[in-house]
Amino acid sequence: MRDVLTGIPGTLEVRDLAIARKGKALLDVPYLCLDGPGPTLILGPNGAGKSLLLRCLHGLISPDHGRVCQDGIVLNADHKARQGMVFQSPVLLRRSVAANLDFVLKRQSIPRAMRKQRIAALLSEGGLEGKARQSARSLSGGEAQRLAILRALALEPETLFLDEPTSALDPGATQVIERMVLRASAKGVRIVMVTHDIGQARRLASDIVMMQAGRVVEHGAAGQVLDAPESAESRRYLAGGLVT
Amino acid sequence: MIRGFIGALSVTLGLMAGTASAEEAFIVVQSTTSTQNSGLLDYILPGFEAETGIDVRVVAVGTGQAIRNAVNGDGDVLLVHSKAAEEQFVADGWGVERFDVMYNDFVLVGPQSDPAGVKGGSDIVAALTAVAGSEVPFASRGDDSGTHKAEMRHWNAAGIDPTGASGTWYRETGSGMGATLNVASGMGAYVLTDRATWLSFGNRGDLEVLVEGDPRLFNQYGVILVNPEKHTGVRAAAGQRFIDWLTGPDGQAAIESYMLDGQQLFFPNAK
Amino acid sequence: MQGFASEFNQALSLILQGDAELWAIVLLSLRVSLFAVLISAAIGMPVGAALAVARFPGRRMLIILLNALMGLPPVVVGLLVYLMLSRSGPLGVLELLYTPTAMIIAQVVLVTPIVAALTRQVVEMLAEEYAEQLRSLGVSQMASVPVLLWDARLALMTALLAGFGRAIAEVGAVIIVGGNINHVTRVMTTTIALETSKGNLALALALGAILIGIAIAVNAMVSSLTLRAEREGLRHA
Repeated sequence: MRDVLTGIPGTLEVRDLAIARKGKALLDVPYLCLDGPGPTLILGPNGAGKSLLLRCLHGLISPDHGRVCQDGIVLNADHKARQGMVFQSPVLLRRSVAANLDFVLKRQSIPRAMRKQRIAALLSEGGLEGKARQSARSLSGGEAQRLAILRALALEPETLFLDEPTSALDPGATQVIERMVLRASAKGVRIVMVTHDIGQARRLASDIVMMQAGRVVEHGAAGQVLDAPESAESRRYLAGGLVT
Repeated sequence: MIRGFIGALSVTLGLMAGTASAEEAFIVVQSTTSTQNSGLLDYILPGFEAETGIDVRVVAVGTGQAIRNAVNGDGDVLLVHSKAAEEQFVADGWGVERFDVMYNDFVLVGPQSDPAGVKGGSDIVAALTAVAGSEVPFASRGDDSGTHKAEMRHWNAAGIDPTGASGTWYRETGSGMGATLNVASGMGAYVLTDRATWLSFGNRGDLEVLVEGDPRLFNQYGVILVNPEKHTGVRAAAGQRFIDWLTGPDGQAAIESYMLDGQQLFFPNAK
Repeated sequence: MQGFASEFNQALSLILQGDAELWAIVLLSLRVSLFAVLISAAIGMPVGAALAVARFPGRRMLIILLNALMGLPPVVVGLLVYLMLSRSGPLGVLELLYTPTAMIIAQVVLVTPIVAALTRQVVEMLAEEYAEQLRSLGVSQMASVPVLLWDARLALMTALLAGFGRAIAEVGAVIIVGGNINHVTRVMTTTIALETSKGNLALALALGAILIGIAIAVNAMVSSLTLRAEREGLRHA
């Protein structure tokens, strides 16, 4: 639930979260609380458990034990209905651009006339005007990811999860996506986004969750984590990141 | 419940396929390939259908299969040519009564070169003995049909069991008369066939009639109404009407007048 | 085999002159097989899609069985349907033997496993791709079936055309349950069998040519659909 006074979207809390496969801990997060007003970026090397954590927060994966709560209540169907997710490679329905958005709106039982208005507004938000009738599968990588974000936004989510949405895109396309994310955040959507791009974290993050080998090694304000990291793992990752 | 569902389904299917038909407006006749392939039924049936309004649907298979289908009740009238099997069919209660309809005859057909030297003869048993002796290819139906049963009777009379040579000079096709004639034409084999199928057959190659006229080659056709007491669905009234017509003056005259290549193929002999 | 060329010419002229008897046979073939494919689609697609998304014990075995049923010998199907529809069979009271309906039933038995098995394959591939996204959008497993069927529509058309090709070219089943009755249940394949047995190769060839023409048309449709799918990026995998 969004706080009516501050406009800050609902708090996400993780307690004793653990996932293990074949005796190896893939995720082990005793406590994490996301309650800041701006975008949270989850940063870390490949295999750190970033995507796994994101899927737990969205309820796509049930952890072996532990729980995810929103505003102190264990994540339920109502919460999930007000969460959107954008995947690393966009999964678009084999239909037109407009039909991809309509699919989501129709599921919310929005009347036809209103759906048309919403679709037009969304398309202009994503710079996809004029592509409404085009097949979604024929869009470029950047356009496809924009459509995936628009479709998630069509849910009018409180929280928007993004899993490395720009990892396959060129700098220009990446910039367009980042602007969309910031606009959504400014409108009060809680953004939780996974990236391994330090520059992106610097551009977008209000707070940063640094992960390594399934653990959260550091969580704090972006400036502090990036410029004065407390943990050795963060320092090592940021140093490596600066070299590349 | 299930029956209702099946009924509804069949009505739907029937409507879709456009098969809904007036009751007893047709009968199913289980018959043999010879009556159909010769063109006889196409020639005589329109007369009956015009007179009575009853559509005759002919299923043409081998005599053996025709009788088995009739035992299952899948036909109203049986029109075949294997007297012993027909009498057995009636004796077992599957048919009401057997009537003679007509006869035609079998002929022994073979290559013009006639390697067995049987040409011009009129003794089928002697001819088969010569074929077996020279071990030239002989094509047999091998399908328990009326023609096949007739062929086996003649081998039996000659004291020969050709099935011992199956796969060498004796070739069993397991198919209908036409398919067997195609095989014989292809390999230059001797073959026993009814004259009607032979005359209407279009792919003779260098085959010709070598032996004919033996009284033992006469081929009697009988007609039987499938017993409605065994199968309630049998269209007995319409079936009986067809049998009465076929064995009556109109049907007999129609059979007599059917010619192919200027030859009469079937000889009516209903009593 | 002498006169083969002249028989082929005769066949050609029968087609070109639009011989009424010939075209009635062609139309019956098309009608029977189209109905059979429609019914097979109505049964096979939901079954195939459900099998693709549902998880239950014995599912693996069911898929193997379904794939095996794709190769059912038509004669065996014909015999089974005959035994069901025969007056002495369990469904004898329906009086369906030797009707086009009986032929439709036999073809449905032949084609449904093909449609179901191909649907299962296509939908399972698509479901793997869509699974997380659909769950993220709150679409339940059962509700995902129509979504997947619709999005796999082009590949499913190919499956239906494959089924249609099997149905229209099949002779073993329809000749047993249809009886090859003139003007009632005589279709292209049974006529070809009959005319061949009469040594009437001309008409048999004419019908064979039409059958090949339909096969070519069906394949052209499949390939143009595939082409369109590729152009629009609708093709998956």
